[in-house]
Amino acid sequence: MTSPPSSVDEVRAGLEANGYLPDDGLATAVFLALRLHRPLLLEGEAGVGKTEVAKALSRWTGGRLIRLQCYEGIDSSQAVYEWDYSRQLLHLRTAEAVGRASETSESQLEDELYSPRFLVRRPLLAAIDYGEGPPPVLLVDEVDRADDEFEAFLLEILSDYQVTVPELGTFSAEVPPLVVVTSNRTRDVHDALKRRCLYHWVEHPDFEREVRIVSVKAPGVAAPLARQVAHATQAMRDMGLYKPPGVAETLDWAEALQLIGASELTEANVDATLGAVLKYREDQQRVRADGMAAVLAAVRGA
Amino acid sequence: MAGDDHEGPAEADAAALAVLFTRALRQAGLEAALGSVIMFLEAIEAVGPTDRRAVYWAGRSTLVHRPEDIELYDQVFDAFWVGSRPMPARVVVTEQVTIAYDDPDDAQGGEAPEAEPSSQPTLRVRYSDVEVLKDKDFALCTVAELDEARRLMSKIRLTGARRPSRRPRRSKTPTSRLDLRRTVRHALRSDGEALRRAYRTHGERNRRLVLLLDISGSMEAYSRALLRFVHAAVVGRTKVEAFTLGTRLSRLTRELQTRDPDEALARAARSVEDWSGGTRLGESLRRFNDEWGVRGMARGAIVVILSDGWDRGEPALLAEQMERLERVAFRVIWVNPLKASPGYAPLAQGMAAALPHVDAFIEGHSLASLEELADVIAS
Repeated sequence: MTSPPSSVDEVRAGLEANGYLPDDGLATAVFLALRLHRPLLLEGEAGVGKTEVAKALSRWTGGRLIRLQCYEGIDSSQAVYEWDYSRQLLHLRTAEAVGRASETSESQLEDELYSPRFLVRRPLLAAIDYGEGPPPVLLVDEVDRADDEFEAFLLEILSDYQVTVPELGTFSAEVPPLVVVTSNRTRDVHDALKRRCLYHWVEHPDFEREVRIVSVKAPGVAAPLARQVAHATQAMRDMGLYKPPGVAETLDWAEALQLIGASELTEANVDATLGAVLKYREDQQRVRADGMAAVLAAVRGA
Repeated sequence: MAGDDHEGPAEADAAALAVLFTRALRQAGLEAALGSVIMFLEAIEAVGPTDRRAVYWAGRSTLVHRPEDIELYDQVFDAFWVGSRPMPARVVVTEQVTIAYDDPDDAQGGEAPEAEPSSQPTLRVRYSDVEVLKDKDFALCTVAELDEARRLMSKIRLTGARRPSRRPRRSKTPTSRLDLRRTVRHALRSDGEALRRAYRTHGERNRRLVLLLDISGSMEAYSRALLRFVHAAVVGRTKVEAFTLGTRLSRLTRELQTRDPDEALARAARSVEDWSGGTRLGESLRRFNDEWGVRGMARGAIVVILSDGWDRGEPALLAEQMERLERVAFRVIWVNPLKASPGYAPLAQGMAAALPHVDAFIEGHSLASLEELADVIAS
């Protein structure tokens, strides 16, 4: 992709060609993010494919994928930039060894130390100061894990796509990177950050889309089996489980079934492969105890 | 693109309509900040104002910021653009369900539990009013005393409960972690020799505190007083989350963030729809675990449940949910105002089911007991 897309359909086609099948809402949100140069905030259950969006966008736009995984206590030295201290020290020692340290002034030495060659670019700076080529896709993953201070600071960078390094000056992006922020909603993301972003709540896909996703992402799985698996996971999502299966689990399960040579779902092979789709002991127990009939009925009823 | 072809009046009409739409949203209770409205207008221009679905999604992605608001947005959208549904009223009046109290221990009904603590008043002699008030059961307080108690409650500070953070800070004494940034700075001044070394140590942060307040009918004598305590906690400390448990689960953190206690409590009262209704502790707790707790909010947190443990639901469900909570939380504290009454034994089925999964079980009927709670949280 060289220029911004001219329609939502173009976005949908672009993402589909790169292995992601968006619904109308997501395609519109991505289109607007590209057109308005706004970050895209994706929230939703774990496993609905939030991170995949960024990967597909990177493949489609040709921009490098730069990923920043958030965690509690993340700070600017891990997110924006840091100086390469060991090389700086080495440089000082060398200057001293060749006798330069005493003749060069302190400020000159300092200028040498704090020059771009000693700058370590962390994801946020790398995404803004990307040089030539298409703007990168910056994935700020699980922003709810970082603390509020970090969010405030992220907001500042996402507002004007600028980073200031006191020793060097300000870096800015002529064409801003495409930013995808994801959150699992373990806490609320600040309103200010939300207002800055386009927001999309990612839902589990409906049946037809889920079947298509399986056929695109796991092409080895036969179509009838893919349909049965999609029916079964859709049924499981209505069972009030602790962790209803996401798309990721559907794919794992379909592949697991295909690997053991299943051509259709039976009580025996569902039981044997349940660990691929349900990751809580209690959920497995529930399906084994009273949900199996419902799952198989959903499959047969189709 | 469709929008680009529509210069002039059509465009202006679309913008005016869009602004009216955001006004309708605001009237229905969905706040749209000016920045969001502007972004909405830009979005409409980008997708073209002619396609209703495109306008729907343009608004969804710019004006809606939480999944809870999607339904309201849908309603207003249908009412405004389609006219298929009436415009929702601002105050969503839900049917007040008052469930007759059903004592799970006594099939015949038995006495109302709120009467229980007052049936055995504790008499104490103290020197000053404040001292007397400190130990006085909230259920026995007069209105004036309750006001005073609430004032004192806001003085209780929930401090402590720190945990190591990954964010490092400067250390005056040598540690195993060198602060290279500072060391390099120092070295500059000593001809490149790192004579003076700077160190870092790990910092500390507040542990998250999650308060779950039971607001069912049986807790009526306490829940409003305790809500003040919850408010004091939310505004007085960082990383506090507050929920109410009743027939449903309501998150109150946002409402209680207002500093003015009266305003905050009024907001909280408006947003909770099941005051003094029935109790489904197990079910509300399941919703907390599913939607917030196990996902991350309760992980490594101190979870405080303020409840008398009377539950109309299945004890097995409550036990199961307490077990889930216990597995992710750092500590689970149960505060039961009834515990103070003489001869109290945790006979309520819910309480009995929950106790094995509780790290600390304390009273919560008076100021003094809330101070004790603050100590337990800090310990």
